[in-house]
Parts: sequence; C-alpha cells; structure tokens
Amino acid sequence: MNDSIIELQDLSFAYNARPVFKDVNLEVKNGDFMAMIGPNGGGKTTLLRLMLGLLSPHKGSIRIFGKLPREVSHHIGYVPQDLHINRRFPVSALDVVLMGRLKPGRGWSWHSRKDRLVAHKALDKMEMGVYCDRRIGALSVGQLQRVFVARALVTEPQLLFLDEPTASIDTKGQREFYRILKELNQTITIIVVSHDLMILSSYVKSVACVNRNIHYHGHAEVTGEMIETMYHCSVEEVCPVELMAHGLPHRVLRTHEDI
Amino acid sequence: MIEALQFEFMQNALVAGLLASVICGIMGTLVVVNRIVFLSGGIAHAAYGGIGLAFFFGWPYKVGAIGFSLLSAMVMAAVSLKAKHRSDTIIGVIWAVGMALGIILLDLTPGYNVDLMSYLFGSILSVPDSDLWLLLAASVLIIITVAYFYNDYLAMSYDEEFAQIRGVSVKFLYFLLIGLLAVSIVMIIQVVGLILVIALLTIPPFIAEKYSKSLFKMMVFSSFLSVIFTITGLWLSYVFNLTSGASIIMVAGTGFFISLLVERLTVFRSDHAAITIETESLDTGQEF
Repeated sequence: MNDSIIELQDLSFAYNARPVFKDVNLEVKNGDFMAMIGPNGGGKTTLLRLMLGLLSPHKGSIRIFGKLPREVSHHIGYVPQDLHINRRFPVSALDVVLMGRLKPGRGWSWHSRKDRLVAHKALDKMEMGVYCDRRIGALSVGQLQRVFVARALVTEPQLLFLDEPTASIDTKGQREFYRILKELNQTITIIVVSHDLMILSSYVKSVACVNRNIHYHGHAEVTGEMIETMYHCSVEEVCPVELMAHGLPHRVLRTHEDI
Repeated sequence: MIEALQFEFMQNALVAGLLASVICGIMGTLVVVNRIVFLSGGIAHAAYGGIGLAFFFGWPYKVGAIGFSLLSAMVMAAVSLKAKHRSDTIIGVIWAVGMALGIILLDLTPGYNVDLMSYLFGSILSVPDSDLWLLLAASVLIIITVAYFYNDYLAMSYDEEFAQIRGVSVKFLYFLLIGLLAVSIVMIIQVVGLILVIALLTIPPFIAEKYSKSLFKMMVFSSFLSVIFTITGLWLSYVFNLTSGASIIMVAGTGFFISLLVERLTVFRSDHAAITIETESLDTGQEF
C-alpha cells in the first residue's frame, strides 16, 4: 500500500516561451489523498494535464503506475474544471456518465446492460439518479459537477483527479462532497485541486503547493508559511483565524478595514 | 406530385433526395456538433479543383473529384488539429485556391465548358441510375461506420479531452470523420450541388439540435427534416417550374427562420431564459 504510483522526475514544461515548470519532482504514494493548492497560473491544472498525458513534458519524466501517462490514462478518473463546455449539446446526464465506460480498443461501441447499471448506480451515489434523463443544458452547474464526478467514478479508476470540484457547490454540499471523497479514498488515490483551505485540513492526508515549483507536505497542515510562499500575502490577509482550527472557525473573511 | 412520379427522372430525383437526406442528416449532425461547418464548405469548394483536374487530364470525373477532395480535406483536418488558432484562415485559402484551380483548368481544357450553375445547384432532375447506386453505397458505408463508432464519436464531440483520456483514438476518428465527409460531399454535390450540400448539412441539424435529447435522435430528426425539405422543394419546383436545387434551399431556409421564430415566441411567452425553456420542453415530453 505504500508504493508510489506517481513519479515526476526533473520535469520541465513551458507553453511556447512561457515556462511553467523547471526541474520539478513529485512522488505520490498509493492511497494518498492529496490537495493541490497554489495561485491561479501557478500550474495546477497544467500539472494534472501532464499527468493525464494530454500534454507532454519538454524534459524529465512522468511515470504513473510505472508507465507513461498516455498508456494508463484510462485508469485515471478525471473531473475537469471547465463545466461550461458544450452546455447546449444534445446529450442526457446518463449518456455523459456512460462516456466514462469507454475503453481503449473496445470495438463495437454499444453500451452493455452492465455499463448502464454502473452508470445509474454512480448517478444515484451522487444523488443525481432522478435527473438521469435530463438534457445537460437543463442542469444547474452544481448538478453538472455531480454528473462529471459520476462520469469519473464509472471508469473504475485507481487514481482520481479533481480540478476545483466544489467551486460551484454550496458549503453544505461541499462537506457532503468531501465526505464522499473520503469514503472513495479507502480504495482510490485522490488528487484534488482546491482553494478551500478550510476544508482541506479536515479531509486530506497531504498537501502539494504548486507555484512553478512543487512543494510536497506529507501531512495535511496548511501553515502560514505555505500561504505566504504560495499566494504572496500573509495569513492574516487570506484569513485572520488559525488555519488549523478543528470545528468551526469564528471568522472566515478578511476584516474590512475601511468600514 | 403523384402524376409527376410516373416520370422516371422524377422517381430518380426523389430517391436521390431521400438518400442525400439520410447522408446529410447523419454527417450534418456530426458537422454541426463538432463545429466544422467552415471546413465542410472548404471541402465542397475545393472539390471544384478536382473536377478541373479530371477534365484537364481526361480522368474519370469521380476519381478526380473524390481524390482531390480527400487530399484537400486531409490537409485541412491536419491544419485544424495542428494550428487551431489559424485553421479557419488556412481553410479559407484552400477553399479559394481549390476553386480557382478548377476554373482555370476548365478554361485550359479545349472545347469543354462546364456550367457553373449545375455545379452550384446540382441537377437533381437528371440523376442517372448509376449515381443512385453510388449514393446508396455511400449511405450504407456511412450508417455502418457511424453506428460502429457511435459512442466514440459522441464522447469526442462532447468532450474531446475526456475521450482521449479514456483511450479513444481521437485523431483517427477525426480524420475518419473528415474522410467520410469528403466522400459524402462529392457524392451529393453531383446530385444537388454544393450550395444545397452546405444547406442540408447545417439547417436540419441546427433545428433538430434544440429538440433532440441525444445525438442519435438528432441524426434521425435531421434526416427526417431533410426529407421534408427535399420533397416539398421538389414539389414546388415541379408545380411552379422553378430550379429544383434553389427551391429546396428556399424551403429549408424558410424552415430555418420559422424555427428561430418559434424559439423566440416560446421564450417571449414564458419570459424565461432559454435554458429553462429546454427544461420545460423536456419535462412535458415535447422532445423528439
């Protein structure tokens, strides 16, 4: 259970002339529940896309389960950040989830009864069962996000990547969402990109700070120092309370000094 | 219309129109959801270069047209994958150059002058039996291929990246789609002309998309609409003695504006956003 399933070695990547990563290293162990934090443009999504084989590194190597990302990407469940792609597309929630059942070299591509059963179960799990016949354009953003998670689950992944999955879910929904993730983490390794620093500490096992560099912290502690290096501002500016508070913090927003 | 059907050319026109409608319903749906309408226009116009080549060198007409279209279509497909941000410009260039090449080659061909109008609007009233068989073969090929890869095409059209992660060979499917498109367009140009190809590829799927809950239903509904437009257009051209291709396009165009008007009125009446309308029409089972 303690072997590493993701290994990044001296990885460099640039968009045209704009470097994103230079000689970064990362190792993620099997069974981990890792949060990826960092400022916008710091490379979080780029890192996920590199690990999915959608982008190729310019230098260095990425090994997932000891293989190239492209060879094993179908073992990875992926929940993308952008939910607004093709909202008007004529496809039902169930059909979107069924896309997760596609496999390389599947041949004749009609879905089996088992595929449908698995898809219905995943939708039920995300409490979207009643909406399975809805066209995606008729779903709210929060509902769509659940459909995308269901789509990632039916791939029966060994590894799950989620890119800001709770951005459009309310606080109560978020807690419920992370509870489900924690349950999944018993069998699946999870990497989640998030800005919800509060929620991280109570659910994740480790934190990676991504800002053109990757700093891995083997425990789920978000320290003031991490915030400072990541967001170029002090803890007090982001949040005036102890970040590691267990239970409810007394104030979440920055004090409005001009009032 | 019934008495007109005793003429063989009218029967052939009807069959050609039906087969073209099926091809356009399926391919047009994929063209619209993959947003490659402009690329389709490029293929259709560049095909003229192939026609010119065929006449100039004395090749069989179809070999020249299909060969050249496939070639230019593959170049356009490669460009649209490689240089996404400028692909429309390059497609526009191939579009224009292909057509100009065709016209100049026809100028240089001694003693022959193809009527540009028959190329633009086709000649559905003079389709020979051999062309019907070719159309039938093309329809069967397209139905089998698209049925086989249906779920892959659905995933690719909706979310290309996710499809790629699932191990769907997106590039192969894309080139296959463009290849099928080139073959369909050449087949149909001969029958109904390039303007009707573009009209039938885009108008029925555009209308159908709003009322379809799946890509499959959109294909069926589009084909059905194409059939209605084609038959109505043919009938009008027969009764009022008008150019058949142009009549079919006018009917399709009328359908297009009526659909826009209907959408407007529904939005107006319920005073809701378009998304809400979609929900309601789905809930009351009005979808196709």
